[in-house]
Amino acid sequence: MSPIQKRDFMKILVCISNVPDTTTKVTFTDNNTKFNTAGVQFIINPYDELALTRALEITEKQGGSVTAITVGLTDTEPSIRKALAIGAQDAVRINAEPTDAYFVAEQIAAYAKTENYDLILTGRESIDHNGGLVCGLLGEMLGIPSVNVITSIEVENGSATMERDIDGGKEKLTCKLPLVASAQKELTEPRIPNMRGIMAARTKPLKVVEPAASSATSATVAFELPAAKGGVKLIAAEQAEQLIEILHNEIKVI
Amino acid sequence: MSVLVFAESTEGTFKKSTFEAVSYAAELAKNNSVACVALSIGIADDSKCADLAKYGADKVISIKGDKLNQFVAEAYAKLISNAATQENATIVVISNTYSGKSVASRVAAKLKAAIASGVISMPDTTAGFKVRRGVYSGKAFADVDLKTPVKVLAITPNTFNITEYNKALQVVHAEGGLNDTDFISTPVEVSRVTGKIPLTEAEVVVSGGRGLKGPENWHLIEDLAETLGAATACSKPVSDMHWRPHSEHVGQTGITIKPNLYIAIGISGAIQHLAGVSSSKVIVAINKDPEAPFFKAADYGIVGDAFEVLPKITAAAKKMKAQAI
Ligand SMILES: Cc1cc2nc3c(=O)[nH]c(=O)nc-3n(C[C@H](O)[C@H](O)[C@H](O)COP(=O)(O)OP(=O)(O)OC[C@H]3O[C@@H](n4cnc5c(N)ncnc54)[C@H](O)[C@@H]3O)c2cc1C
Ligand SMILES: Nc1ncnc2c1ncn2[C@@H]1O[C@H](COP(=O)(O)O)[C@@H](O)[C@H]1O
Repeated sequence: MSPIQKRDFMKILVCISNVPDTTTKVTFTDNNTKFNTAGVQFIINPYDELALTRALEITEKQGGSVTAITVGLTDTEPSIRKALAIGAQDAVRINAEPTDAYFVAEQIAAYAKTENYDLILTGRESIDHNGGLVCGLLGEMLGIPSVNVITSIEVENGSATMERDIDGGKEKLTCKLPLVASAQKELTEPRIPNMRGIMAARTKPLKVVEPAASSATSATVAFELPAAKGGVKLIAAEQAEQLIEILHNEIKVI
Repeated sequence: MSVLVFAESTEGTFKKSTFEAVSYAAELAKNNSVACVALSIGIADDSKCADLAKYGADKVISIKGDKLNQFVAEAYAKLISNAATQENATIVVISNTYSGKSVASRVAAKLKAAIASGVISMPDTTAGFKVRRGVYSGKAFADVDLKTPVKVLAITPNTFNITEYNKALQVVHAEGGLNDTDFISTPVEVSRVTGKIPLTEAEVVVSGGRGLKGPENWHLIEDLAETLGAATACSKPVSDMHWRPHSEHVGQTGITIKPNLYIAIGISGAIQHLAGVSSSKVIVAINKDPEAPFFKAADYGIVGDAFEVLPKITAAAKKMKAQAI
């Protein structure tokens, strides 16, 4: 290994959330207080897959290690195993129900504190509870910068150059490591595990850690499905211009 | 005690979503009989801050500084949480924009406050402190009870009304008290799409799918959008094939939007697409296939060929606009 590569050896932590497959038809049980998992396939949160892939690309280029971490009960193990199959060297499961983003961040921060990661990557948001909060919470809890919704990241000489989405545009920024960033679409193309990866994953270390003490700051008390649409009103293609008339005069949205 | 609202600005100008947040905070403050304090960071001057009083702020704290002209999450979070502590705020209101959300989470951790993002309701305080937010990428809502003494709410743009309170402007200019370590991340280049309406803020969105056949046909979408003052969007395959930029991709793995009007053209209406757009107030689907799933999610539909239907609609829209002037 050349000296430059040595300096840039990257120790990366990737946060993996276990979420219902995107095709899931969402329903609830227990008087609308619990998500109905019956027949639901769980996957790695799509943004976390991007974070993981980018982490692997970085360490393959300049040396380093990628650890995948999840906060979840035993039912989340297939997802964290899949992260190992995609290429993470090792994995950590913090054995607790992920009640909210604050709790998840506290647990990951407690673990990360002792490990000195150069870079922590999360997804932009988990597609189940759509918080988009873990990245910033982690940054503050660890006292390091947090950069949300990055679409590119390059690491060199102990600092990262990133692009991120901002409202109505893009921003390029640089920041010293260590930092935490959240992956937005465009960061890279997700990797699919191959046979060798799947075999290797079986013997890779998956550490189970008991949760650190923490108090719940919030609780989801009920769910509700959106009211069904009243049915579509069709307009004949030959009279398409009627649409404008309706939108303008009747429902006044244009 | 108070309700603190972060008055986000871009290049010295407050956005519509900021006024929504201020009016939201003012209503909360009124319900709790406390003051609504707005915090402006950056270069917005007092004349601009007058608008914050107009839409409900009893007091505006304005912090200016060379380095604060651009958004830096760490620095902004420190200023917001310091102001929250100083003003004895029990609720901190922030717009659920990209910048807003990235700073809101840091503020919550600093204040050890419970946080809800994507909030779409006023708090229900009959038992606890419950707010409603979108979950499962628009497929459902959740009522979340925030249990800490201080709460942070990131509220969804295009959801709450702007109310004219017309309060007298009271501005307090404050020093940030920041040091270099608060600016560890440094923006080196910002590019904003100018002259175009950002997708997340648009009241009308015209969106195209694979049914448009190729990027060369996008003028049909753009013509209609321009006529209606709308933003343009697309389905995932369209941005995957680079017909359109990724920033236009809406849906479960793209941007979630809730405009007043969403017009979907040549989009089948896959569950992942609908997830990102189903909160739109009115949905119009145009598709040549009468069985397209989008018709089940739409308020109005036209079964027809986009290449024939779109020019007709655009012509009618142009006529309507011409008459309106
Ligand atoms: C993990 C995952 C995440 C995803 N996330 C998203 C997401 O965030 N957003 C998203 O959009 N998709 C997403 N998808 C993809 C989604 O499943 C669909 O494949 C996609 O939305 C289809 O795009 P489309 O409707 O443009 O194309 P198609 O499904 O090919 O539909 C084209 C439609 O155009 C119609 N059409 C054809 N010609 C004409 C014509 N001349 N005039 C009028 N209509 C015409 C057809 O009848 C058809 O309904 C995701 C998929 C997965 C697996
Ligand atoms: N239970 C979890 N375990 C590990 N990481 C998580 C968990 N939940 C969320 N994350 C990470 O935080 C990101 C944002 O999640 P959220 O703030 O919940 O939308 C996700 O994309 C993950 O990277």
